[in-house]
Amino acid sequence: MWANIDLLIQVPKLAAGLFLEGLLIGAVFSLIAYGLALVWGVMNVKNLAQGPFVIAGGYICWYLSTLGLHPVLGMFAAAVVMWGLSWICFKLVVSKVLELDMFVSLLATFGLAYVLEQSLSLAFTQDTQTINLGWGSLDVFGDGLVLLAWQKVMAFAICCVLAVVLVLFMKRSRMGQAIRATAQNARAARVMGIDTDKVYSFTFCLNGAICGAAGALVAMIWVIQPFYGITYSIRAFVLVVAAGLGNLPGVILAGLGMGGLEQFGGFIIGAEYQQALVVGMLLAVLVVRLLQQSRKRQAVA
Amino acid sequence: MSVITKFTTAAALGAALVSMPLSASAEEFITLGSAISLTGKYSTNGLHAQNGYDFAIKKINDAGGVDVGGTKYKLRVIYYDDESTPARGAQLAERLIAQDGVQYMLGPYSSGLTKAIAPVTEKYQIPMVEAEGASRSLFNKGYKYLFAVLSTSEQYLASAIDLAAGMAEREGKSPSDVKIAMAFENDPFSLDVRAGVADDAAKYGMQIVVDDKLPRDLSDMSATLTKVKALKPDLLVVSGHSKGAATAVRQIGEMGISVPMLAVTHCEAADVTGKFGDTANGILCSTQWAETLTYEDPFFGSAANYNEEFKAAYPEYADKKVPYQTAQASAAVWVFKDAFERAGTLDKEALRDAIAETDLMTFYGGIKFSAAGNNVAKPMVLRQIQDGIYNVVAPPEFASHELQWPRP
Repeated sequence: MWANIDLLIQVPKLAAGLFLEGLLIGAVFSLIAYGLALVWGVMNVKNLAQGPFVIAGGYICWYLSTLGLHPVLGMFAAAVVMWGLSWICFKLVVSKVLELDMFVSLLATFGLAYVLEQSLSLAFTQDTQTINLGWGSLDVFGDGLVLLAWQKVMAFAICCVLAVVLVLFMKRSRMGQAIRATAQNARAARVMGIDTDKVYSFTFCLNGAICGAAGALVAMIWVIQPFYGITYSIRAFVLVVAAGLGNLPGVILAGLGMGGLEQFGGFIIGAEYQQALVVGMLLAVLVVRLLQQSRKRQAVA
Repeated sequence: MSVITKFTTAAALGAALVSMPLSASAEEFITLGSAISLTGKYSTNGLHAQNGYDFAIKKINDAGGVDVGGTKYKLRVIYYDDESTPARGAQLAERLIAQDGVQYMLGPYSSGLTKAIAPVTEKYQIPMVEAEGASRSLFNKGYKYLFAVLSTSEQYLASAIDLAAGMAEREGKSPSDVKIAMAFENDPFSLDVRAGVADDAAKYGMQIVVDDKLPRDLSDMSATLTKVKALKPDLLVVSGHSKGAATAVRQIGEMGISVPMLAVTHCEAADVTGKFGDTANGILCSTQWAETLTYEDPFFGSAANYNEEFKAAYPEYADKKVPYQTAQASAAVWVFKDAFERAGTLDKEALRDAIAETDLMTFYGGIKFSAAGNNVAKPMVLRQIQDGIYNVVAPPEFASHELQWPRP
């Protein structure tokens, strides 16, 4: 462990490389977590099918790329198809459980996840797939020490653009305002004339489209397989909980932070502790928040 | 319909049902049972294994069946789908044995399922020949009725260490100067592979400079590869199913990692040549079996012959390689036929003893079981990807090509 830290001090370029890789990785997780936070915040549905939605988006992009469509265009196609698929899921399942107990919605989305995984497995087999654009790598310092895959850089750029578009959309557009109003208080929103059913369906579909796009990026920078979705579900949950519900910019920061933490943790103390670090981060955030809140309560008392 | 006609119809039906086995008695059957993954996460490989079983059974039956003490028997299998879940596999094994009366079992797919089923076959003292469970933890439990035709997982990449030692000597260095970087997924199978590599490396006194266990759920190994880049090992060993193979090959290319020797498992499952082209060149890939090996037996012929006949019987494999999962499944069936004929009886205890004494050369390689039940007669094979083609480079006695070193 000390030897690894020593190495980073001696060759700071390696540290810079790890930091950059962390940002590139974190951006994709942020995007997925953003969608989860949206659905969670607005509809109080914890979407356990988040990961399988991502993988489904990846498969759509991958499949279209085997038919000759460029993966970057395939990403838009994946978003559109996933929008449609989410709409079907919403009408068939999610809308029926919205008003019910939290556990019903957990079970329902868990069921969705299961059906989606098995369908992908039947349609595409369990072989791992990946999209290789063959774009080569960016030599950051010009000496071959830190190479970043152009595909990852592109994925990062796309995540940034999507994040800006989403934030602007939520702030400026009528629908965005309606979504935020519904998240604050659905009943009051209804009284003010907002069609909350439409807002719910739109939100769930928007999340599906985000997952579709994110899945396409995952297929371009890593690998996909029908049963890999759970990773993305778990990490998205960790990020949303760590950032605090309703704190959308926080989700993005937490994602980037997690990426960096994982890279340095993996380098210094070994890859097997990467996950422990992420969960440790969650624990630390929860403890700090608990302490803050208990202070607040005392002040009121 | 009157009561009487109803009764007579039922009686006639009943009589027909009873007489059916009689009319079929011209052919005697030996019934094997297998829980196999036909749905769920192992279904692709489960199907490969099932096809291997069925191909061998059809071929044996077409050639007259199994001769047990002068009587000819045909083989047949009762399959149940274990849905790739161990608990279900164990249930189905119970059902096969207790309800269907199966006395001989073929294995399921994967070490996990085999681990779940072996206690059941052990309890009922049913001999099971399995072809798809490689974990060495299967062979230290003292099981008496479990036999495996494949090489165990700690052998998967161990021969890469011998190759690296040989290369060091050729370069005039000592094997103990060799620096090794290891990246293994944190799951039982990959850790078995790691144990084999670590044991052999210790034998030569090699230095292990990176020893990372990759989290199961993450498909990014850039932190580990950054370390590899900084420490410049002579050999990088990676194992993590097809995800590990695809991720490693992809990121080694992307991050410009150059090591003289790189050994990986599951290259073919991940289709590294198809997906990453030139980046995959020079990689050493381990496999249980390859159709280019010089193994041969009188029934299936050579490995190449098996490959051809199987492709003719299953056209869906025409434009891909016949997976080793299929070949070893066929070999397991062959072990049963051989043991039945040597035992000369259908008694399962006598059969178990006959299986234990198996000493065969087959198209799949030698088969001879240790007291623990694993096959000790067949080495793992290492192939190197040379210009996009998998060529056998180790073990030396079966190698068709020279090792290209260092890796381009």
